[in-house]
Amino acid sequence: MKMITAMVRSSRVDAIKNALVAIEVVGMTVSDARGFGRQKGQVERYRGTEFRVDFLPKSKLVVVVQDAKEDAAITAILEAARTGEIGDGKIFVTPVERAIRIRTGDSGEIAI
Amino acid sequence: MPRTFPSGGAPSAEAFFAQIRHRFLAGIQQPQLRGAAFLAMALGAGLLPLMAGSARAALQSAPTDGADNMLMLFGAALVLLMTPGLAFFYGGFTRSKNVLNTMMMSFFLMGLIGVLWVVIGYSLAFDAGFSSPFIGGLGAMFLNGVGGPLGDAPLAPGFPISATSFALFQGMFAIITPALISGALVERISFKAWFWFCLLWSLLVYSPMAKMVWGGGFLGAAEGMMGAIDFAGGTVVHIASGVAALVAAAIIGSRTTWPANKRPPHNVPFILLGAGLLWFGWFGFNGASMFAAKTAGLPFLTTTTSASAGLLTWCLIEWFKDGKPTAVGAATGAVAGLVGITPAAGFVYMGPSIAIGALTATACLIAVRIKAAIQFDDSLDTFMVHGVGGTIGALLTGIFAAKTLVPADYFPAAAKVLEEGGNAGLFLTQLKAVLFTYGFVGLATAVILWVLGLVMPLRVSSEDEERGLDYVAHGEEAYDPMTN
Repeated sequence: MKMITAMVRSSRVDAIKNALVAIEVVGMTVSDARGFGRQKGQVERYRGTEFRVDFLPKSKLVVVVQDAKEDAAITAILEAARTGEIGDGKIFVTPVERAIRIRTGDSGEIAI
Repeated sequence: MPRTFPSGGAPSAEAFFAQIRHRFLAGIQQPQLRGAAFLAMALGAGLLPLMAGSARAALQSAPTDGADNMLMLFGAALVLLMTPGLAFFYGGFTRSKNVLNTMMMSFFLMGLIGVLWVVIGYSLAFDAGFSSPFIGGLGAMFLNGVGGPLGDAPLAPGFPISATSFALFQGMFAIITPALISGALVERISFKAWFWFCLLWSLLVYSPMAKMVWGGGFLGAAEGMMGAIDFAGGTVVHIASGVAALVAAAIIGSRTTWPANKRPPHNVPFILLGAGLLWFGWFGFNGASMFAAKTAGLPFLTTTTSASAGLLTWCLIEWFKDGKPTAVGAATGAVAGLVGITPAAGFVYMGPSIAIGALTATACLIAVRIKAAIQFDDSLDTFMVHGVGGTIGALLTGIFAAKTLVPADYFPAAAKVLEEGGNAGLFLTQLKAVLFTYGFVGLATAVILWVLGLVMPLRVSSEDEERGLDYVAHGEEAYDPMTN
């Protein structure tokens, strides 16, 4: 099993979800996040005073998939999340040792 | 204009209702029906005291005017709404960990000053006991005697509004004035120090200022006084709160995070909501200061026109200079326009009201930018908007006041200044009144804070500042992150 963590534009989250559901990856977690990479921040102005806002709002999407679906899931996220501009985000993949479904106690790939 | 009513009408009306009730109940023999009838009468009972009340009012041959009184009561309600409006206006600017404390600094005064005004504040401003041009007296404590036994006696012989509606209306001004000061001190002043500061400042600065300008005192337009005119509080409310804010911010010092770690406003929609409520309430603030329903149309008009001109000017300058008109700028420009027109509202016509709004907004915008450049922590620009705006407004009132709107029977000293020196003369008189206000309020505010500083710390510790004043001062948080 692999955990795919994608930092993406919030406006792309619906498209990413649809792309993942289309390849039968069902179940994911999204949270609001703030961060910056190459995009850096933006300058806001209130009553003429400038404020540098370095951390921009993004969405953090976490999904755990079977090893066999890793590449397909990454491709789906890549295609749905990409706009081609700086600030599209990043994808990180990490191995998962165990997965347990709380309701039944099922463990392993069946639980994801 | 005293009115006469047919005598004897009232008692017979009350007796008439009593008779009907008796006959009606006596005529129903069935006990169940009697119960139902009683219930119906109980429902109608809300009406009876009203009728009896109006009958009694008729007995009084009240010399006040109903519409004028209504204007005062409606105006008072409008001005009251400005204080929670101000709480939202200021609350939007702060960090989310300080928003409740910021809003409480305004909201709480509806309690503190609301009581203080009735107990002694009104008396110090409008009683004549001390026969002094600087302070009122102690004869009207607890509004003793104000409005006579039924509360409907006129403010002065021949005046169409009741003394009670006047005291109420003025009380709303007393509440919002110290609340305005809070903008300069947010996110660091201790709430205990704020409590005592507002109590003392209201008695030692606000009430004397109200006496001097509106109570027939030293600065005002009564016979033999300086002859400055202030329609609805340019000096008393805006310059006074602005100067106090400047002095207090200088004494209490910057927030520890200022300016290195400054943060943008946490809720800009709050700022717009607050500015909208302020604008709405300002109809009462300026419009009802006319004290006469028939002629209130003019100050209502000049008020909203100046606000529009202020909003437009601020946004256009931003658009031209920075490339974008901002929401915070729109809110601030509108408030600046309202501040500017406050001393002038009933003394000028439409052209000047547009000019006052535009010029005040421009001056305030420059002041705000200078403040940002010199990094002085008047956190929410109280002096830059209310002090500077009030000053510009007071001076422009001198320049633009129309002779017809400053009648000699209401404003004898000011009419005399206008007659002899024209608008230039009135401008100089206004300037004198402004300078006096700066000196008096600045000095008195400094003394109050110096004395308070001997007894208690004026600001919270830097750890508490870091933690956020909502929790430190009130044990609450505005936004629970785990509300689900």
